[in-house]
Amino acid sequence: MSLQEEVDLLRRLPLFAKIEPAKLKLLAFTSDRLVFAPGDVLFEQGDTGDAAYLVLQGSASVLLDTPDGPIDIATINEHEIVGEIAILCNVPRTATVKAKDELIALRISKERFFGLLEEFPEMAVEIMRELAHRLEVTTGRLREAHSGADAQLAH
Amino acid sequence: MESSIFKYILRYSAPQQLYLLAVTFAYYPFLYMSLELPKIIVNEAIDTAGPPFAIPLFGFSFDIDASQIQFLLTLCFIYLFLVLINGSFKYHINVHKGRLGERLLRRLRYQLYRRILRFPLPRFRKLGQGEIIPIVTAEVEPVGGFIGAAFVDPMFYGGQLLIILSFIMLQDPWLGFAAIAFYPAQMCLIPRLQRRVNMLAKRRIKNVRRLSDHIGESISGIAEVHANDTAHLELARFSERLGRIYDIRYEIYRRKFFIKFLNNFIDKLTPFFFLSIGGFLVIQGELTLGALTAVLVAYKDLAAPWKEMLIWYQQKEDVRIKYEQVIEQFDPTDMLDEALQAADASTDVPLDGEIAVNVGLSDEDGVRLLDGARLTIPPHTHTAIVGDAASGKSELATVLARLIPPSSGRITIGGNDLKTLPESVTGQRIGYAGANAHLQNASIGENLLYGLKHRPQNGGVGRRGAPGAAGEELRAEAQRAGNSPFDYQADWIDYAAAGVADADALQARVIDVLRVIDFDRDVYAMGLRGSIDPAEHPSTAERILQARGTMRDRMRDPSIAVLIEPFDKGSYNANATVGENLLFGVPLDDRFDMERLAEHPYVRTVLDRAGLTDDFVDMGRRVAETMVELFADLPPDHEFFQQYSFISAEELPEYRGIIEKAARGGELTERERLKLLSLPFMLIVDRHRLGLIDRAMQDRILIARHAFAAGLPAALADALAFFDENRYNPAASIQDNILFGKLAHGQAYGERKIGALIQEVVYSLGLRDTVTAAGLQAPVGIGGSRLSFTQRQKLAIGRALLKRPDILIVNEATEAFDAHGQDRILNAVLAERRGRGLIWVVNRLVGGDRFDQIVVMKDGKVVEQGSYAALAESGKTLDTLLQVA
Repeated sequence: MSLQEEVDLLRRLPLFAKIEPAKLKLLAFTSDRLVFAPGDVLFEQGDTGDAAYLVLQGSASVLLDTPDGPIDIATINEHEIVGEIAILCNVPRTATVKAKDELIALRISKERFFGLLEEFPEMAVEIMRELAHRLEVTTGRLREAHSGADAQLAH
Repeated sequence: MESSIFKYILRYSAPQQLYLLAVTFAYYPFLYMSLELPKIIVNEAIDTAGPPFAIPLFGFSFDIDASQIQFLLTLCFIYLFLVLINGSFKYHINVHKGRLGERLLRRLRYQLYRRILRFPLPRFRKLGQGEIIPIVTAEVEPVGGFIGAAFVDPMFYGGQLLIILSFIMLQDPWLGFAAIAFYPAQMCLIPRLQRRVNMLAKRRIKNVRRLSDHIGESISGIAEVHANDTAHLELARFSERLGRIYDIRYEIYRRKFFIKFLNNFIDKLTPFFFLSIGGFLVIQGELTLGALTAVLVAYKDLAAPWKEMLIWYQQKEDVRIKYEQVIEQFDPTDMLDEALQAADASTDVPLDGEIAVNVGLSDEDGVRLLDGARLTIPPHTHTAIVGDAASGKSELATVLARLIPPSSGRITIGGNDLKTLPESVTGQRIGYAGANAHLQNASIGENLLYGLKHRPQNGGVGRRGAPGAAGEELRAEAQRAGNSPFDYQADWIDYAAAGVADADALQARVIDVLRVIDFDRDVYAMGLRGSIDPAEHPSTAERILQARGTMRDRMRDPSIAVLIEPFDKGSYNANATVGENLLFGVPLDDRFDMERLAEHPYVRTVLDRAGLTDDFVDMGRRVAETMVELFADLPPDHEFFQQYSFISAEELPEYRGIIEKAARGGELTERERLKLLSLPFMLIVDRHRLGLIDRAMQDRILIARHAFAAGLPAALADALAFFDENRYNPAASIQDNILFGKLAHGQAYGERKIGALIQEVVYSLGLRDTVTAAGLQAPVGIGGSRLSFTQRQKLAIGRALLKRPDILIVNEATEAFDAHGQDRILNAVLAERRGRGLIWVVNRLVGGDRFDQIVVMKDGKVVEQGSYAALAESGKTLDTLLQVA
């Protein structure tokens, strides 16, 4: 994939839709585009977060370490961003992310990420939308789990 | 050392000085004749009535049967002959003088350095390096020049003076007196004037020493200067010193030139008397014209030796002062007895007996550092000495290693008094690693072997053992100057001391020791980054090629294949720069500069012939356009310029100008074209992904690559090493030689995976030690500055272990290690020293139960000694120390 194709792809993503093309090009040029082999780990739960990853191709599973072993809690698909929580909140990685199949991701460093947010508030809104959406999903699941547990108790 | 320079000269060169004097005496008659002859020529051959002609000489008259012209010519040729003989004498004497001086200078420098090696260690606390170094290097230089002239010059010139004078006297006593009328005044006045100059010279020497000491201090403390913004303080201090030297030198010049002025004036005054008095006598008929002419000629000759005598006198004074000042610095009390450092001292005194210590030690100010410290250490045991910083434990260790002599009391080892043992015993049988070990500016391997080089082995045949007279002459000349009898080029490594038979076994042992000091992985990594000379180590190169082959096999696995793009003569490497693809090799020196290939005439020729120049300029323009587009808005100090841009922030406006000009269709200048041409060389297809170098362009660059190799001029043939699948590339590191390709860009963890793979291949082929051995060649830098502090300390311990001493003293050498590292090295050293003496001095005792005994020190005394179990119980000093730790 050439730089230009990459920029075109980025522009189609809602997250970057409002960013001027020259900036996107700079982002693409200065960010590593990494190929992960199936099973390669993008980052490990507990590590310090230094970058977010934008999946350009392929998919990854989000794994949560528990005392009973890792559980697969979500899947990250093409054109989704992952790993932004740790750099936004300055907390260690909350989960492990592992490539399911061959995965190509753009690694956006923490500094770049913040720089873009400051420069393009539209992007911040987009990120907020995404985070809110995830919160919504998580809350829903929690509710389900809760009622499930209640049902079990009722027996 | 001899108290005066003349005693020194006589002691070491009396026969040669005598020889020079003898030659000088032989020269006198010829000198006299060369003075007499012009008079004879004028009086007997020119200003004469006619034949018979005769030569009056030494009261005799030799009749010559010849015509006047023949007679004149004969005499003139005799004169010419005499001039030649006189010249030869002077030449011979000067050459001898020079050689004599150089030989004695060599001896003097050697003796001074020899003394530095015998200085008591505390001396170096007061005497700066900057003060000592110029003494040995610069200050003694003029002393050497004077040594040859010390006796012969006054004799030579004094004799010359006397002969010329007596010649003048013989012509006419009055003229003689006139010639020397002012000598008494000069002889009386000049020493007075000179004395003041001498004092100034002394002060100048001292100030110059301080100046160099200041420079030395600034260099070693340069970090402090920057950290404290004291550059201007140092500059002001330096200026002040320069100012002082300037004042002194100016004063010296003024006085020196005044002396010179006086001398010159007096010189010119004398002819005035000659011409007036002599002229009067000739007119009166009391003196012949020939005699006056001869006197005038002779007087011209008189001025030269007189001047030389004055110069000699000034030089003598100068050198006398210098010598005295040098001796003053190099004669400290408490110097190590020379016999203890004798070249042929015995080493045959085992130090594996019981150590009995009862010593006191005071510093220069009389502070008691060790106050009757008393202990015994049983043979072959492991002892830990602990105590706080003021306990004297560290001082005890230096006294035990005989680095500092105790002020009172004594130490015996197996009944031998440590004080009387030669350094050949203490330095070979005691190993010592201190808290701040010094490394030589050599390789890691050389540093480890430093403790094995006491005397040359196998008779010490090296350069001096070169066949024929050359080696013999080197040896003889060193002996004549009283220099070291040993040949530095010889093999100095004492294999037996390391417990091995030969160089190969030693290397294996060195690698063993690296493991003990936990340094093997570091050296292995250095080895991978380092290189070997395939001409010197053909078998190693062969095995590395084998590893390359194995690597190739492993790359059949697709998951590995994606990580590397191997070098292939027939295909373009998308992970290498355009420049690397074109050259397809590694420069061996600076004749090809990878950053400035566009300026290289041969590279340009290749591009021109391949018809690529215009395309490259066009590519450069497009690269520049992209860079301007991407980076123009960034502030000039943005990190991206450094990390990603092809064009620096400063150059960006210029490139913008070039692009705009090109867009307008303007004709670019040669310089502008070159600017653009330089950009594509840095492009890496897979990294930059600019889409500028498509398949077709790659194929054209490949053709240029072949043309580049085929047409490489003979003068550049050895400027780079081409990538060749079947050959070791001497310009590339071992790692790159194994890899023989480029890491693929954008592969997550590619570097880590490949690193692990290389390690696996190296280990599986048993190449680990080979790579480690290559790592041993890595230089440590000045004072070991290229290594970390911990690494330096590890090396110092390894150096002491390698020589297998009877007693190993580790004096707070591991204090800077982290707890884990300290524990690991302690365990390894304890295991390595099983059954042999070990004295481990530490602040914080960890693993005390692993030692046979613990010695606890406090205020310069031993307060407790015994097993760890006995001392660790509460209430004891050791317990309180452990509590603090």
